[in-house]
Amino acid sequence: MAESLPRVSARVLLPKASFQRVFDNLQAAGFTLLGPTVRDSAIVLEEITRVEELPLGWCDEQAPGKYRLEKKRGSRYFDYGVSSHSWKQFLFPPRRKLFSIEKHASQWTIKPNENGPGRRAFIGVRPCDLNAISIQDHVFVTGEFRDPHYSHAREQIFVLAVNCSRPSSNCFCTSMKTGPRATSGFDLALTELPEHFVVEIGSEAGSEIMRDTGWQLATAFDLGRAAQVTEQAEERIDREVRTDDLPQVLYDNLEHPRWDEVATRCLSCTNCTLVCPTCFCSTVEDSCDLRATVSERTRVWDSCFTLDFSRVHGGNNRPSIRARYRQWLTHKLASWIDQFGFSGCVGCGRCITWCPVGIDLTEELQAIRTKATP
Amino acid sequence: MSVAFTPMETRLPLDPMLPQPAVIQAIQPEAAGISTFTLKFSDPAEAAAYRFQPGQFNMLYLPGFGEVAISLSSDPNEPGRLGHTIRYAGSVTRAIGRLKVGDVIGVRGPYGSAWPMEAGLGKNLVLVAGGIGLAPLRPVILAVLRERQAFQRVVLLYGARTPADLLYTAEFASWQEHGIEVHPTVDIGNESWRGLVGVVPQLFYRIRVDAKQTLVLTCGPEIMMRFVIYEALARRIAKDSIFVSMERNMKCAVGFCGHCQFGPSFICKQGPVLKFSALEPFFGREDF
Repeated sequence: MAESLPRVSARVLLPKASFQRVFDNLQAAGFTLLGPTVRDSAIVLEEITRVEELPLGWCDEQAPGKYRLEKKRGSRYFDYGVSSHSWKQFLFPPRRKLFSIEKHASQWTIKPNENGPGRRAFIGVRPCDLNAISIQDHVFVTGEFRDPHYSHAREQIFVLAVNCSRPSSNCFCTSMKTGPRATSGFDLALTELPEHFVVEIGSEAGSEIMRDTGWQLATAFDLGRAAQVTEQAEERIDREVRTDDLPQVLYDNLEHPRWDEVATRCLSCTNCTLVCPTCFCSTVEDSCDLRATVSERTRVWDSCFTLDFSRVHGGNNRPSIRARYRQWLTHKLASWIDQFGFSGCVGCGRCITWCPVGIDLTEELQAIRTKATP
Repeated sequence: MSVAFTPMETRLPLDPMLPQPAVIQAIQPEAAGISTFTLKFSDPAEAAAYRFQPGQFNMLYLPGFGEVAISLSSDPNEPGRLGHTIRYAGSVTRAIGRLKVGDVIGVRGPYGSAWPMEAGLGKNLVLVAGGIGLAPLRPVILAVLRERQAFQRVVLLYGARTPADLLYTAEFASWQEHGIEVHPTVDIGNESWRGLVGVVPQLFYRIRVDAKQTLVLTCGPEIMMRFVIYEALARRIAKDSIFVSMERNMKCAVGFCGHCQFGPSFICKQGPVLKFSALEPFFGREDF
């Protein structure tokens, strides 16, 4: 080996037998590992320590309202589409205490919640989810105001991305231009081959983690095989959304009859917004002791599908499911672009999979497009 | 489309959701169930640094109850004393209504866009308010009073349900002395009411303004503002000369919570004051 560490942007070959070494190096550097594992017949994201905890040989089958896991023979750790969880829960937790206030007469002591989660390595981030993180960065970090809770968690993560080999039938990252290959935003990006990983080094931190792993520079042959993996993944994706004229199509069809039709199926259950890796809406809860001396403020995930979401004195701005579904879809695919400069959808397909009645946003968009009202 | 993330210092920066304690200096009853609370920050540095523009709002917080977005209704030239005219409408505002002078409220702000005071220089201002909607326009009036000659005609068209619901009536005479035309109306009169009875948009028939030289600033129930806009447009006032102050459910005021979205606008950031031209595709749409 000519050098002990690979250079940033280099692509190297890592034998799978050395994969645990990457885990060990991360843990030695102080990172808690979070990654995919099988629990309750689903691939979830949880704390892991060893490669054996990864979903080795597990494949998922996803369809509208359907998710099944199947154990296949094989030596692939990442042979599934997307995990049921997204990474959102780690950077923007479902519940987060913001501060507490202790009152003594007219004296208030305000204690901000400064507990951070520490250094964490995200193992197996799909390219769509990588884009989702970048999208939430724009909500919480790079705007006029900065959320310290998100920023603090965000700046301490190590990202080990994994390019897709076997997208599910609900995936449409190719339409949203977020996958199936990660192009930036990672420390390491893996492409899985039968016996090896081809690893792209995305940062100095990533390079450092490759120390003593037995890596070698990838040959043209290795790179060709890695390219084939993502090319084949791309070919397998047949779900499609036309995006070029999308904001206008939605804005022009705010009274389309399809909104009424989808409202007869939608349960307004909020599942789609909870599994969505970019949905960022929240509400706040206050709690206090019985003497109301000490009180706490907690931010919790909220959803535009709840009735409370748009309640103001004297009524509700979106009392119907039609109005709430329309808000969700037009925000995700149209007004998000006005607000942030890019779409809020990364094409991960989770909202399709986890909709209990199998509402498929790509189908809804197509229906609105094909029978557009004047 | 992935965008590089710029790492920052690892210590938590100050949370924009943190309130600052402020003490209630005065409580002025304005109408049934409506009072103006004048607040002063407990921290002298905060009090000295605070500035706001007419149309902006604060988040007022009562620990254990919650937080509400309330417009500033006082003089922007006296930013050390923050006036908030509050109608007791929900659980938080009712709890605020039980407070006394000397009690503490959490305050953060100011947030949101402002009324177009600079664009209004040398022009006619037509202020159109319904009910509590006069509160965010009062700072405009108070700012005009200080520089009356900087504006042409200034007209207030204002309505409330009953004469008892009209706000700031004690100040009307002084406003009129300073050359502000005040046209009040009520939905339902009473025995002593000698003024107009009818809806606010009708008041446009009592004034004549040069459309090219006029800005319309309106705040009130959305149904009222819809007809105010019709009347303004009928008088050939341009869409971007009509300014609307919007209200939506709001939890954070800093663009995180998502509740206040109205089409592409966050009412807490691009609003609450928006040009009608920016709202037009969505304004008045059912359940939007």
